[in-house]
Amino acid sequence: MPVTVARSLDDALSALEEHPNALILAGGTDVMVEVNKGTRPVEQVISIGRVPELQDWEHEGDWLHLGAAVTYTELMGEELSSLVPALAQAARTVGSPQIRNAGTIGGNLGTSSPAGDTLPALFALNAILTIRSKTTVKEVPIDEFITGVKSNSLNPGELIEKIRVPVLEGPQEFCKIGPRNAMVISVASFTLLTDHQEKQVKSCLGTVGPVPIRPTEAEDFISGEVNWEQNTVRPEVLDNFAALCSSAARPIDDHRGSAAYRRHAIRVLSRRAASRVFSEEIS
Amino acid sequence: MSNDFYTLKVNGENHQVLDAWTGESLLWVLRERLGFPGAKNACEEGECGSCSVRIDEEIVCSCLVLAGSAIDQEITTIEGLAPEGELGDVQQAFIEAGAVQCGFCTPGLLVTIDHLLEENQNPDDLTVREAISGNLCRCTGYGRILEAVQIAAASRRGENHE
Repeated sequence: MPVTVARSLDDALSALEEHPNALILAGGTDVMVEVNKGTRPVEQVISIGRVPELQDWEHEGDWLHLGAAVTYTELMGEELSSLVPALAQAARTVGSPQIRNAGTIGGNLGTSSPAGDTLPALFALNAILTIRSKTTVKEVPIDEFITGVKSNSLNPGELIEKIRVPVLEGPQEFCKIGPRNAMVISVASFTLLTDHQEKQVKSCLGTVGPVPIRPTEAEDFISGEVNWEQNTVRPEVLDNFAALCSSAARPIDDHRGSAAYRRHAIRVLSRRAASRVFSEEIS
Repeated sequence: MSNDFYTLKVNGENHQVLDAWTGESLLWVLRERLGFPGAKNACEEGECGSCSVRIDEEIVCSCLVLAGSAIDQEITTIEGLAPEGELGDVQQAFIEAGAVQCGFCTPGLLVTIDHLLEENQNPDDLTVREAISGNLCRCTGYGRILEAVQIAAASRRGENHE
């Protein structure tokens, strides 16, 4: 049969060994759009959405292990949203309930779109992917996995098994801009995480470059300016942080928005996210 | 592949899908091969929700489901909400509230709302709006749809309404 519905990780890997270039189908919410349009050839398909090992997640110490077939709906659930709030907020902005029921975190990674909603949170978290084939297994940092617009370092015969992210102590925010609330592809997005143990702010810009962008200069700057005891910053720090984030963006003009608009949006979103996470000191 | 077939369980009954092309969506197979034209094809990219069906316990866009991957699952379409020739409570409520205009979004909304009321028989306005946020209606402005949900919810709670 041209369609293998894998029921175990081993099933999926065996099928993939036999058909290394098969289309790996998780939720289908990106792939099927292309199939329906006739722009994606379909010969062999390996469906991994119902592989129990991939649908599972596990919280172990300071780490969260997310199976590649964990859906956006599951990410939004109570347990995961308390462990990785920014990722849950990002999942919450994907499509509609129908899309979030089907779409998966592994699918978002596999598509590697610059507008992938969970990608900035995963970049800010320095997520580590477990990439597996029938005979090999390796861990790949997310910034080495995603290599460009809709391209990644997955080889034939390999699939994303799971994603490992740290469970951080401190508030997190995700903000996204689009024309309306539901069913929106990101025009610009911003993720901000705080790590109160390391006294660090981690952030990432989405949809304003070929891949998500860590504004490292802005992160270093604000991390040094936060009063970590009080969880406060001076208002001018927020302004400078926003300016540094905006200047880190590398947006393009396209049908969803202009580069100038996106750069401005990042300035607004980054200040907004930071002001939600930190109280402003009153001078 | 001409001898290949797969079986889909739709509204409680098994149906063989013969001589299918691998890339066919569940929506297409339901409508064109299996005679379930209730789910509607509007956008074919998951934007509109007109093709919403239930697979096991979840509502999905059938246009984004590869049909051959939906084997061994319970697929419920609008045709499965009530016995042939009868109306389900949500359908009845839509009629009472006047929530149908052109009707194209209606099957998807009915499947979605039926599922919502199974989980929550007393949904507040925000919960309803959230539940149907993936079902676009360009006629009604949603007012009467929201009203119909409350009528159906009341009937599911066993309350009579005016």
